[in-house]
Amino acid sequence: MVIYGVALLAGCMLVGLWAGDVLGILLGVDSNVGGVGIAMLMLIFLGGYLMDKNKMPASTEDGIKFWNGMYIPIVVAMAASQDVAAAFDGGMIALLAALLAVIVSFALIPFLNRLGRATPAEKKAGETKDIVPVSPKGAKKALSASSSPHSHASARARHAR
Amino acid sequence: MIESLVTQLEKQHLIAAFALVGGAMYISYLVSDKLTKGRVHGSAIAIMVGLALAYFGGIYTGGSKGLADISLFAGLGLMGGGMLRDLAIIATAYGVRFQEIREAGISGIIALFLGVIVSFIAGVAVAYAFGYRDPVSLTTIGAGTVTYIVGPIAGASIGAPSDIIALSIAAGLFKSILVMILTPIAARHIGLDNPRSAMIFGGLMGTTSGVAAGLAATDPKLVPYGAMTATFYTGLGALLAPSVLYIAVRAVF
Repeated sequence: MVIYGVALLAGCMLVGLWAGDVLGILLGVDSNVGGVGIAMLMLIFLGGYLMDKNKMPASTEDGIKFWNGMYIPIVVAMAASQDVAAAFDGGMIALLAALLAVIVSFALIPFLNRLGRATPAEKKAGETKDIVPVSPKGAKKALSASSSPHSHASARARHAR
Repeated sequence: MIESLVTQLEKQHLIAAFALVGGAMYISYLVSDKLTKGRVHGSAIAIMVGLALAYFGGIYTGGSKGLADISLFAGLGLMGGGMLRDLAIIATAYGVRFQEIREAGISGIIALFLGVIVSFIAGVAVAYAFGYRDPVSLTTIGAGTVTYIVGPIAGASIGAPSDIIALSIAAGLFKSILVMILTPIAARHIGLDNPRSAMIFGGLMGTTSGVAAGLAATDPKLVPYGAMTATFYTGLGALLAPSVLYIAVRAVF
């Protein structure tokens, strides 16, 4: 039943947010620490466990997938209820501080992405590189195994350089 | 007759918001398809439309919830509020493989710490350039640049005046808006196209609303990964800003 999926999702959220609050109290912080993240991990594990046990019929999944699909509309509603006018009231200093923070953070992404690249991923990238000239079909197969073929290709290109 | 329609829309505010957002998204995807030939993602346009409406709503009512302060659109506040937003973000995690999260684990944690510190320093540097010299103001503005939740938390605990706290919230709001708008533009140049870099992105940026909207406009598949790390960011910022970072600012200035 659809409600089982929604209830599973709701249960994960409630337990996760509560755990985040407790974590905040333990750390002496006046804020929720990673509640949504903990809830996401719970859903990944519980959902995976139930799927393995064949306890996730399509109708139960629909209860979760509906809210997954509502994500972008909800984000649009969120954008429409932001305090944009107050941000503009803050003026140049607020804008410049935010802009500097965002630009520097963006610039750090490629750097961090290369820094800790897990060795198995690197190996895999190396292997696919070897396959490419021999059999493009095989390489294509290997690439389509990853969720985003483009990312693999660009990672490989960077690696080669 | 018109009056009763308005009353009905105000009464069924959440349902009215569903219809309104649905309509806005239809138009945004149409514009994306016809005017930009799909180059600008429909959800990116919808988010920008939402922000523009929020600006005019805020000017018109003087409230703090954008368009949602107009009673006719009050449902937007519920639909886009923390409760349903968190529910939808968590729902995106369904079907994610834990393997991918573990692989990016360490760099995600490094990104979290680096993200808080870099944003804090950026805020402090700009505040310093604008003539602020006292450690309390510098720390509060720096903390606001981390996220608009951390600013008031840090400001309250170190005794900042309310105008500085307001400024810190503004910096955080700008950060979240800039992340929403700039992410889809910058994504290709910074390699933001796989779960791993999305987790690093979430950790570095941290603003949940900015990351949520920015990734939605870039590639909805990346949302759970970015959101996962981003949700730890505010807590970490609230932990570091009034303590370690404040002490560091006091030591320097």
